[in-house]
Amino acid sequence: MAETSADPVRRAARDGLALGLAVGTSGLAFGAAAVASGLSPAQACVLSLVAYTGASQFALAAAVASGGNLIAGTASAVLLGSRNGLYGLRLAGLLSFRGPFRLLAALGITDESTAVALAQPAGGRTGRAAVRAGFLATFGSLYLTWNAGTLAGALGAGKLGSPNTFGLDVVGPAAFLALLWPRLREGRTERTVALAGALIALAATPFCPPGLPIVLAAAAALGAALLPSAGTVPPAREAAHSLAGEAALSATDEAAPCGQPDPAGAAGPAGDRPSR
Amino acid sequence: MSATWIAVLVTAVCCYGLKLAGLTVPPRWLAHPRAQRFAVLVPVALLAALIAVQAVGRGESLAVDPARLAGLGAAAAALLLRAPFLVVILAAAGTAAALRALGVA
Repeated sequence: MAETSADPVRRAARDGLALGLAVGTSGLAFGAAAVASGLSPAQACVLSLVAYTGASQFALAAAVASGGNLIAGTASAVLLGSRNGLYGLRLAGLLSFRGPFRLLAALGITDESTAVALAQPAGGRTGRAAVRAGFLATFGSLYLTWNAGTLAGALGAGKLGSPNTFGLDVVGPAAFLALLWPRLREGRTERTVALAGALIALAATPFCPPGLPIVLAAAAALGAALLPSAGTVPPAREAAHSLAGEAALSATDEAAPCGQPDPAGAAGPAGDRPSR
Repeated sequence: MSATWIAVLVTAVCCYGLKLAGLTVPPRWLAHPRAQRFAVLVPVALLAALIAVQAVGRGESLAVDPARLAGLGAAAAALLLRAPFLVVILAAAGTAAALRALGVA
């Protein structure tokens, strides 16, 4: 069978569309959880429209729910969003959007759109078109469904009685667990950092206003980053296992012996594999 | 403007700004391996902390809510079975809601 040059582009668009539509429905969960936490439907929608990054949005909702320190809640939400900056570093050269297109494309950077874009066989004009098609298809479908879901979930949750009756208080932690899950499979350092972060937060909880223990848990990541002996895998190789690490690595050293990174596995909530 | 609105707007603008900064700044800004490792590991630490605090935290104290823990257990089981995101969420909320409805927890 002869492969026409449009095939990779079409395949990328199809993968992105399917992933976006599937993951975007969880906007329902965010909208419902946000309103159950005490955010208004308008506030939930502003977060989905502008922040447009699930983990940060759930984190801010959790801070509001606990009636805690909003400054600490905002800080943890923004810290969680910092990985999107790393995705941007990696995508900049591949997408090469300019001017107003870049302002719009920045909004579309998420775990999912990055995973689909990086899963495309880059190279040549077709490769570049496929990367763009995958990114834009994921962005478009996920943005629309995530925001429509947020609105529907937020309006629907207001009509329910006590959020706990429907288990809405478990939606946030369950979403975090689904987002963390693929990272825990990457290596021992990730699991150690996760355990240390959880213990730091729990130990700090009786002594701090709610929200602050989450920010303090970043110390676990700082410790692991500074300790040369963290884990048994050499830093360069280990970083290559994650999308963000791969992004930064290839930006500095194209010839790094990274093996084959797996962007799809490193990102995306339930470990969705866009193109298999 | 309420404090909650300010928190929402600051979070929204900063999260967008980080994305734009990534697309715009020269890549060598994050060239240091330790900076990279920190940035890669921060979400792991924060997500784990959020799960722990929401699972057994209540304001400034720790409290065990059996239905909530069972819901999280159901989410973990669904993840082990490689269920999609929405199924994980529904399993967690459904388990907690069912246990509460039955008066078990």
